[in-house]
Amino acid sequence: MRVKDLATCELFNIVTLPDGEREIDGVYIGDLLSWVMGRAQSGNAWITIMSNINILAVASLSDTSCIILAEGVTVDEEVKKTAIEKEINIISTNMDIFSTAVYLNEVI
Amino acid sequence: MAEVLNFHFDVDGDDFKSAGHASFMMKKNLRQLGLPPELIRRVSIAMYEGEINMVIHARGGTADVNVYEDCIEIILSDKGPGIKNIEQAMQEGYSTATDNIRSLGFGAGMGLPNMKRYTDYMEIKSTVGVGTTITMKVNFN
Repeated sequence: MRVKDLATCELFNIVTLPDGEREIDGVYIGDLLSWVMGRAQSGNAWITIMSNINILAVASLSDTSCIILAEGVTVDEEVKKTAIEKEINIISTNMDIFSTAVYLNEVI
Repeated sequence: MAEVLNFHFDVDGDDFKSAGHASFMMKKNLRQLGLPPELIRRVSIAMYEGEINMVIHARGGTADVNVYEDCIEIILSDKGPGIKNIEQAMQEGYSTATDNIRSLGFGAGMGLPNMKRYTDYMEIKSTVGVGTTITMKVNFN
């Protein structure tokens, strides 16, 4: 499944989508940034509730396909602007982390 | 082993928001060289962890990356407080980061272990009160 296909599902909102054609290959969940960098695989959709600007570096360097902000978490304008510059896809959902993971398990 | 390319970066220790800039620039450079994505991923994650450590603990430092024919060498150097017990610092989960740093999602005690995980060689030289130099190598095959 492509990131843009997930982003346009009813349960998700597009925050930034500069590389929507990117394929989602697996899922990783975590909020501790170094833990994510040590474990997430290239192409994974990364579910988190972290929203500070450092998530962009982690997503970029780990080469995840998108950041999924769960639990209704939002990011500020500076993060959005930088995400577009760094070509990082961010989508958000009001679902909790578990429900987001279960949903992804069904669709990807 | 002939040296092919050298990249030098100054890591700003005051700005947490720009932390990762050197690693991000290096990732771009390695992409332009046409190196394999997984190799680029390993180098840039190891470098980023080092960069973050320098920002958290040492108020910045320098990063030098040498691209050789058969490997990439990353040398991170700072004039920070030094590491008292390297063996302890290498343990997953051990961290001296403050609560403020932890609230940003760092300080999980995974930085040095990740650097070791993603590289083929890692050497830490540290003197308390003087600084730390970490040399890492990632082989091409």
